[in-house]
Amino acid sequence: MSTTRPIATTRSATGIPTGKLAVWWVIVSEIVIFGGLLASYVMHRIGHPEWAEYASHTNTWFGGANTFVLLTSSLFAVLAHHAAEHGDGKKAAKWLLGTCAGGLTFLCIKAVEWTGEIQHGYTITANGFWHFYYTAAGLHALHVIAGCIIMLIIARQAWKGEELHRVELIGIYWHFVDIVWIFLFPLLYIAK
Amino acid sequence: MAEHQDHADDHGQSYYVKIWAVLLVLLILSILGPIVAPHIAFGFLEAWMITLMAAFGIALVKAYLVAANFMHLNVEKKYISYLLVAMLMLMLLFFAGTAPDVMEHKGQNWENVAAQAEVERALAADGEAAHGDHGGAHDDPAH
Repeated sequence: MSTTRPIATTRSATGIPTGKLAVWWVIVSEIVIFGGLLASYVMHRIGHPEWAEYASHTNTWFGGANTFVLLTSSLFAVLAHHAAEHGDGKKAAKWLLGTCAGGLTFLCIKAVEWTGEIQHGYTITANGFWHFYYTAAGLHALHVIAGCIIMLIIARQAWKGEELHRVELIGIYWHFVDIVWIFLFPLLYIAK
Repeated sequence: MAEHQDHADDHGQSYYVKIWAVLLVLLILSILGPIVAPHIAFGFLEAWMITLMAAFGIALVKAYLVAANFMHLNVEKKYISYLLVAMLMLMLLFFAGTAPDVMEHKGQNWENVAAQAEVERALAADGEAAHGDHGGAHDDPAH
């Protein structure tokens, strides 16, 4: 087995491992993407008092259930990191699968919620509020799907005891996805 | 040694579980906020203020708890925190630069006629729906 690794994985001008630094740079880029979207929503919401009535049709219990699911999946992700730090790849893989199950549960709840809303006529073209609702929640759901796929790949590696440092990297990304939802929840479900 | 390691592991895991429990309590409080707000409003503290504080104040605390404890920002190098703060400042700048033109529909030398008309049309439609209430909460989402 070769011990030579690409220079990008071994050098570290900041004292932070390159992989972790890259994930943080992805996250700060995502802050601009989600931040821009949410800031636009907030300013439109303030400028359009009629959106309060539209927002009253979102279901707080679906949003609350999904917040519970994501917070729990974040706990599983940090426990996977904890296991990986102690060299237990199999345990880390199991926690990652639990995290992934949380992501899938989140998507299922979202699918049920959206089905009901669309059946009632609240589609993405209904008005400005529902544009933002589906765009923000949809973009977030895409990040959940991407996170689940990456997590499955890393769980497979962790099960074999390989590249355990990646468990922390996907965990950081997952917690960020959780934080985005923490702000989407009050914006779309609580502030009515 | 192994026993010490196990004990350390248990302590680490229970710490994360405690943070998760605090997050769940905050989630419950944020859901209860709008429900109890009308009952505890007094003086200058109106119900909508309590709802907003419950919604966004708690969201900020939850985000901090996740970032500090689950993402380990509390032990991470300061470089990362500076990076995050710089991006958040950028977002604030974006908001400050564009919000006045979106939140208001007319200014000193300009007027957003379409937005004004939409607000008036939608509020009038809401008023009509409230007066001619025929029990249909989902009658016309566009109105």
